[in-house]
Amino acid sequence: MSDIETFYDVMRRQGITRRSFMKFCSLTAAALGLGPSFVPQIAEAMETKPRTPVVWVHGLECTCCSESFIRSAHPLAKDVVLSMISLDYDDTLMAAAGHAAEAAFEETIEKYKGNYILAVEGNPPLNEDGMFCITGGKPFVEKLRHAAEGAKAIISWGACASYGCVQAAAPNPTQATPVHKVITDKPIIKVPGCPPIAEVMTGVITYMLTFDRMPELDRQGRPAMFYSQRIHDKCYRRPHFDAGQFVEHWDDENARKGYCLYKMGCKGPTTYNACSTVRWNGGVSFPIQSGHGCIGCSEDGFWDQGSFYDRLTTIKQFGIEATADKIGWTATGLVGAAVAAHAAVSVLKRAQKKNEEA
Amino acid sequence: MKGVSDERINAPVRGPDEIFEASRLTGDATREDLESIRRRTSVYVYEAPVRVWHWVNALAITILVISGYFIGSPLPSMQIGEATSQFVMGYIRFAHFACGVVLSVGFFGRIYWAFVGNRHAWQMFYIPVFNKRYWQEFFFELRWYLFLEEEPKKYIGHNPLAQAAMFTFITLGITFMMVTGWALYAEGEGQGSVPDTLFGWVLGLVQNSQRLHTLHHLGMWSIVIFAIIHIYAAVREDVMSRQSMVSTMISGHRTFKDDRIE
Repeated sequence: MSDIETFYDVMRRQGITRRSFMKFCSLTAAALGLGPSFVPQIAEAMETKPRTPVVWVHGLECTCCSESFIRSAHPLAKDVVLSMISLDYDDTLMAAAGHAAEAAFEETIEKYKGNYILAVEGNPPLNEDGMFCITGGKPFVEKLRHAAEGAKAIISWGACASYGCVQAAAPNPTQATPVHKVITDKPIIKVPGCPPIAEVMTGVITYMLTFDRMPELDRQGRPAMFYSQRIHDKCYRRPHFDAGQFVEHWDDENARKGYCLYKMGCKGPTTYNACSTVRWNGGVSFPIQSGHGCIGCSEDGFWDQGSFYDRLTTIKQFGIEATADKIGWTATGLVGAAVAAHAAVSVLKRAQKKNEEA
Repeated sequence: MKGVSDERINAPVRGPDEIFEASRLTGDATREDLESIRRRTSVYVYEAPVRVWHWVNALAITILVISGYFIGSPLPSMQIGEATSQFVMGYIRFAHFACGVVLSVGFFGRIYWAFVGNRHAWQMFYIPVFNKRYWQEFFFELRWYLFLEEEPKKYIGHNPLAQAAMFTFITLGITFMMVTGWALYAEGEGQGSVPDTLFGWVLGLVQNSQRLHTLHHLGMWSIVIFAIIHIYAAVREDVMSRQSMVSTMISGHRTFKDDRIE
């Protein structure tokens, strides 16, 4: 008998009936988009596999990922933390603090070497030898490297760990660096968003524990089941986009009618996330539903694309704030004027030549 | 009839008074005119597939630029009917995608013709960068445009400056627009689709779709600027150079205004 309990053991110990357990397995299968034939597989896995230890470390971050995570409704975060995973170290959520917490950290990564999942919230700043982020008296980058050494896989929670987020936005004084650029020898799964959707976070963990493998990833290393489509593709306001009906001003009639927010700079068409299907806070709403465009928080470098209310990236190389269209119109105007001037000179030259010949 | 068709420029048998009888019937042909049309002739430069491609491409680009601009900056909201029966943006996007396909297919057809067509069909696809003489002529033509040369030279296909412009804005420019365009189209088609399999890597390279949209916009503006210069240069050269321009892309024949050797 393994010294770690299985999920099933823990659930039964907490007074959960087998009937409820099977219901949980069915719901989990449905949440992951799997067919009914997977339910026995999930049940089997949960009955026989020891719980996977998870070490959750925090770098430069704002804890919004943790805040989101603990609000998961399907499955409940409580179930994930208490029944599904063995969250052996998370300095924000754990009861222990100080030296006791650090001891638990060392013990876990030693005991489950090669078997635990490392969840990273935030990212390490590399400038000044990593001195911009100190945890447990040491630069976070050292802790990250240390924890990553024996990890089976790494989950990059949120935009910080996946892409860098606000602390990596230009000019990035601390040289905040996403996890995959620091740890290059481990499988990394990116779960971007600022924060990621709670159900997406718990869904990813559930999948990895159930099937003991990474979910299918897209080209950018994100779980395809949640990040394979743009918000725009499944937006409930999409019919208004296709019809050409847009909110023109924040307070106009079209805004009240719930028209498409494209002209207000909605980033839905360029953002891969599950907001328009899974939604937030247990499926209550999501930004577009509450009348504001998507800001594209789960996209790489979203802070450096310019205003949240523009659909084109701000191009700073020109010294002034410009977009492709502003540059385009200006350049077209200049070329048009140059062509007109050139044509005028050509006509004059020709007339002059004729005069000389005459 | 037999006697006329056998006669060539280099071996004139009869004087101008005796030839082109039909031209003289209308009473406007001077002796100089007749002497001139006897000497001048044309070169068949642009074969039919090249000309068809040019005009189809021009039409496709026009529609792509207009529809593309309205996709980025949509028309004012319209209230024709319920959203279910109104499809303004849908039709604009359809026009854009349809012309994108026409442009792509046409471009591949054009590449095919570069191999099987005449030598002029190949000219657009390369710049002889290592040829020193090419660069001399390139700057000569540039000086002509800067009013620093008295008289341009004769060219059969593109002049050296035009060849560089064609290569940059059409061969490279259209390729860039096709690659970024298909990568954007692949986003809507979804992962695993054919466009995604072929061009999905572009988004992986650029990372952020908004950045990809911005690059596609910049590409559009470069083609708009090219079109302005292209049309102006073609008309200007038609008037001021020593050979035909606009009509050449209709008939395929380059005609020359004089018969001097240089």
